[in-house]
Parts: sequence; C-alpha cells; structure tokens
Amino acid sequence: MPLKAENISKTFIRNGKNTNSFYAVEETDLLLENGTVTAVVGRSGSGKTTLLNMLSGLLTPTSGKVFYDGEDVYSFDDDVRSKLRNKSVGVIPQGQTGLKSLTVYENVLLPAEMYGSVSEEIKERADELLKAVGIGSLKDEYPNELSGGELRRMAIARALVNKPSFVLADEPTGDLDDENTLAVLKLLRSVADQGAAVLIVTHEKDTLTFADKVYKMDAGKLSEVKKEE
Amino acid sequence: MKFIFALARKNLIKKPYRTLAMILLAALAAFTVFAGSIVVLSLNNGLKSYGERLGADVMVVPSEARTSGSFDDILLQGITGNYYITEAQLNRALSGVEGIEKVSTQFYLASVTASCCSSKLQIIGFDPETDFTVQPWIRERYSESLGDGDIIVGADITLNSSMTLQFYNVKCKIVARLDKTGTGLDTAVYTTIETIRQMAENAVILEHLTEGYDVSTSVSAAMIKVADGFDAQSVAGKINGRKGVKATTAQSYVSGVASGLNNVAGAIGAMVAVVWLLAAALIVVSFVMVCNERMKEFAVLRAMGASSSMNAKLLLTEIFAVTAIGAVTGVIFSAIVTFPLTSLIKSALSLPYLLPSFWAIALTVLGAIAATLVAGAVSALFAVARLNRSDAGLMLREDA
Ligand SMILES: Nc1ncnc2c1ncn2[C@@H]1O[C@H](COP(=O)(O)OP(=O)(O)OP(=O)(O)O)[C@@H](O)[C@H]1O
Ligand SMILES: [Mg+2]
Repeated sequence: MPLKAENISKTFIRNGKNTNSFYAVEETDLLLENGTVTAVVGRSGSGKTTLLNMLSGLLTPTSGKVFYDGEDVYSFDDDVRSKLRNKSVGVIPQGQTGLKSLTVYENVLLPAEMYGSVSEEIKERADELLKAVGIGSLKDEYPNELSGGELRRMAIARALVNKPSFVLADEPTGDLDDENTLAVLKLLRSVADQGAAVLIVTHEKDTLTFADKVYKMDAGKLSEVKKEE
Repeated sequence: MKFIFALARKNLIKKPYRTLAMILLAALAAFTVFAGSIVVLSLNNGLKSYGERLGADVMVVPSEARTSGSFDDILLQGITGNYYITEAQLNRALSGVEGIEKVSTQFYLASVTASCCSSKLQIIGFDPETDFTVQPWIRERYSESLGDGDIIVGADITLNSSMTLQFYNVKCKIVARLDKTGTGLDTAVYTTIETIRQMAENAVILEHLTEGYDVSTSVSAAMIKVADGFDAQSVAGKINGRKGVKATTAQSYVSGVASGLNNVAGAIGAMVAVVWLLAAALIVVSFVMVCNERMKEFAVLRAMGASSSMNAKLLLTEIFAVTAIGAVTGVIFSAIVTFPLTSLIKSALSLPYLLPSFWAIALTVLGAIAATLVAGAVSALFAVARLNRSDAGLMLREDA
C-alpha cells in the first residue's frame, strides 16, 4: 500500500510590491513505499511542510494527484478524505499540537475515538506508545504541564495509535535531546519495519542513518540525495 | 456525535473563564429580553384590564357636565361638576336608540373635606340592581351586597379604628378597601345610589349642592353596554343627537391612556432591542474571536482525521451549549428580579400594570431563550464560515 504523489505542486500568492504567485512546491513525483523510511531535508521556507500537507490530504495541490494505495485522495469529498486520513495516515504536524482540554492520554486516544469507540486493545496500544516515547508517567497530565519535547513525543504517539499505513512526520525530533531523538527515530523505524511507509521532515543529520531514501527540498524543488556509504 | 459532545464538554470545562464569560453574555441578552418583554406585556395587560374595568362602552352625562369628554374624570373620579339629569329625561334621551344592551345609572358627589383625608373625595353611587361596571371588580374584595350606609373605599383612604366615615352627616361603615390601582380610583368612595342620595339631600340642605335638582330622581351619568354587533361609536353618536345629554365612548378614553402607554412601552422596547443587539453583537464578536484563536486547535483535529463538518459540529455544539445555559440562567435571574419588583415597577411607571397570564409568561420565557439562541446561531454562522475559509493545511501553519 504505497503512497504515491504524481506531479504535485503548490503555488501561493505572495503580497509584495507586485502581487504574484510563486511555487512553494514545484511539480514533483514522490513514492513512499511500505516498509521504508524516507527523509526530506531542506532549509526553512523551502516547502517541506507544504509538501507534507499535500500528502496528508490537508492541502489541495495546485496541480497533480496523491494516491493512497491507488486511490486518488483529492477525488473524494472532505468527509471521505478525512475518514481515510484518520484510518491510514498518522500526521505529526510541525510545532506544538497538544489539544489543551485533553490529557496526554486522551490526546493520544483522540484519533481512535473520532470514528468509533475505543477498544481495550487500543487503550493498551496507547499505553505502550506512551511508554515507547518515554512519557508513560505523564499520561494524566494536561499539555500545558508538559515540555516542548514531551509534547512532541505525545504527538508522535497520537499519530501512531490507529496503526496508520502512512506516517507523515514534520520535524518530529525538533525539540528533543539526543537520547529521545534516538528513541523516536527507532520507534518510527520499527513502524516502517512493520510495514508502514514513513516520511520524516528533518534538519537532523541523525535521521539520515535511519532513512532508506533521502530527498532534499530546495526552494520548492525536490531532488533525491544519493546516500554515500 | 458522542465524540463531539464529549470533546465539546471538555473544551468548555477546561476553559472555565472563557465559558463563563460567554454564558454571562448570553444571560445578559436573555435577561433584558425577558425583563423588558414582561414589563411591556404587563403594561398592555394593565391597559386591557383597565379598559375592562371601565366596564361600560358608552357613558352618558348631562350636556352641561363639566367634562370635556374625559371618560376618566367621570368614570374613575366621578367629576361631573355636580350636574344632574332626571331619570325621566335620561330615559327619553335613550329611548329608541338601537344597540343598547344594558343601562345603569350612577350618582356622583364630591365630599367636603373628611376627617380621613387631606383632599376632597369623590363619592360614586351605583345601582346594585343594574350595575355592571363597578361591582365586578369590587367583588374581588367584597363579595356580599352593599347594605344601606355601607361604603367601599379606595386604597389611598386611611382607615380609622372605627372603620367609619361621615359624609354630609351620613355615617358610613367601611366594609372593604380596594387594591391600589395607581389611578383616581384610589381616592374614590363607592356606595349604593340609595346611600349617596341621602348624602346629596343633606348636601342640598347644607347648601353644598345647588338647589334645583330633585335629588331623589336625578342621576349623574348612565353607563351603557352596547349589544353585540353594534358599534359603540355610532351608538354614542346617536345619543349625542338627543337633547340634554352627551355621550362619550370608553374607547376614546382607553386610547388616550394607550398612547401614553405606547410611549413607555416603545421606550422599553427600544431599550430591549438595543441591549439585545449589543449583547448579540458581543456574542458574535467574541465567538468569532475565540474561533480565530482556536484555528490551530481545529486544524490539529483535521490532521487527526476530523472532517470540516465534524469541526463545525463541535463548534456549534459548544456555542449552542453556552448560549442555551446562558439563556436559561438569564431568564431565571430576570424572573427573580422582575416578579418581586412588580409593585415597584408599577408605581415607578404610574401606568396600569398587570402581570400577564401564566401562559403568556411561559411563552415569553421561550421567546427570550429563542432570541438568545438566535444570537448564538448568528455567531455560529460567522464562526463556521471563518473555520471553513481556509484549507486545513493552511490553518495548521497559523501560530506554528
Ligand atoms: N498560506 C501561505 N500563503 C503564502 N505563502 C505561504 C503559505 N504557506 C507557506 N507559504 C510559503 O511557502 C514557502 C514554504 O513554506 P513551508 O511551510 O512549506 O516551509 P518549510 O520548508 O516547512 O519551512 P520550515 O522548515 O521553516 O518549517 C515559504 O516561503 C512560505 O512563506
Ligand atoms: Mg515546515
């Protein structure tokens, strides 16, 4: 069940001296295969988040198509596309994304609750995930009692709770120390090894050692970087 | 939906100050709408019952009577300037006029200063046999029939321990005191036409009343109830064509009071509208502001798989819950304030004021709640429009 992007691009309007549109992401193909970790590196503002949002079904591309296992994601209406995202995509957005009125545990269970009831199995899974990212003891705290790195790890556990086939992580290790970075990367690697297609947007060199493929984003242009041995 | 309700509940509980502020806004709107409506309705109701209290559709007085058509003076205070007409003359004037269902005569007399009161009183004598204007509401206080020398007094007349008053050497027994009405009725004394004629005869002897009237056969006015299918105005018109009398309709008096009342009701209505609009605008602005602040939160939900309609439902649920709680609280507080203050409002407005019926109040409760929910619904429309304006991917970037 690969995630495939064909010819996708995104233009935005920039209000400057003369209003003109520019490519945040230029036309590009991308294939995220099951069982692999793909890394995207690039400078700030180069278009990484824009690419990831298009892949997760949250941002309609200006051109091109996104396929989940052969199904054209943007051909569905919002309800179907949202449910599809809930079932098959684990999104770890950039920045702090804890929902403040829910505890850490409730945050993690949220994707599972959206379209159904939470089984014992899922609860156990949530506990395991929280332990795996090292915040098992914080499960009953509220987000404003957590550090930036702890919140980031909560978001990772949350993205994985529905056992998604695709994991799209936008700088998942941004605020983390070396030890936790390693733990998170190992976790994402193991998710890929269990059959998911994982995309990690990163600045971190560490990530590259866990990745099967590395792309570089440069002013909207995506190009593959050959991994040197 | 269960998920949405649960999340909405947690969102409201975890932001107690925000939620409370919203509830207060909604409560303010409901409070004013309810209190204002109750006052306006009570004024209207007061006028209606006042009109009913007048009882008669047409009133006939001697043509010399000092009244310039003021029904109030005559009916409520009995001021005809001591002009009288014989019953025979009156009967002649009314005979053959179509549309008269009931006639009852009354006799008015102004007292000389009595021990009870600083000013003159108006004594109103009615004929218990035919009366249909005074007794129906006197019965609210006194259900037996008035005997010789019995009087019923208005609320402003001080009672003494002996419960008696003397007018023109006629000793009278006070059998009841009427409720306060805020009108000339409060300084009136009611008695039977028999009793008042005794007073009048003494008054003639005492030279307080000009001679020339045969008190025992004279009356001050006749009250007329117009039969169904006839118009009071045209009946009055026909009577006015007869000699020695003049007729006026209750309607012309009631509409006089009504215009005064309309001014007050209009002012209160405008005030309610302004406060409601202000509260509604505040509700809309604050909900939209809160929604702006929460764009990131809604975007995160989208990223986790919520559809935009789920987000809209979440927002609607929160807004509905807050405005509904606010509306109910506001109405309850409004009722707590408005009803106990009824007599205060009454005297402050010095207009007929009577609480509407239970069902009218129940309807007003629903109306005030509905008006508040409308404000909430409008703000929800704005908020949802704001929410769905941009792609979730863009919302996610906000404050990222
Ligand atoms: N909604 C928008 N309207 C206009 N321009 C936008 C919008 N979203 C992004 N951009 C622009 O598109 C470009 C790419 O943005 P994007 O967020 O994808 O960068 P990024 O690579 O994720 O950066 P960072 O590493 O800082 O997160 C930037 O120049 C940004 O200013
Ligand atoms: Mg980014």
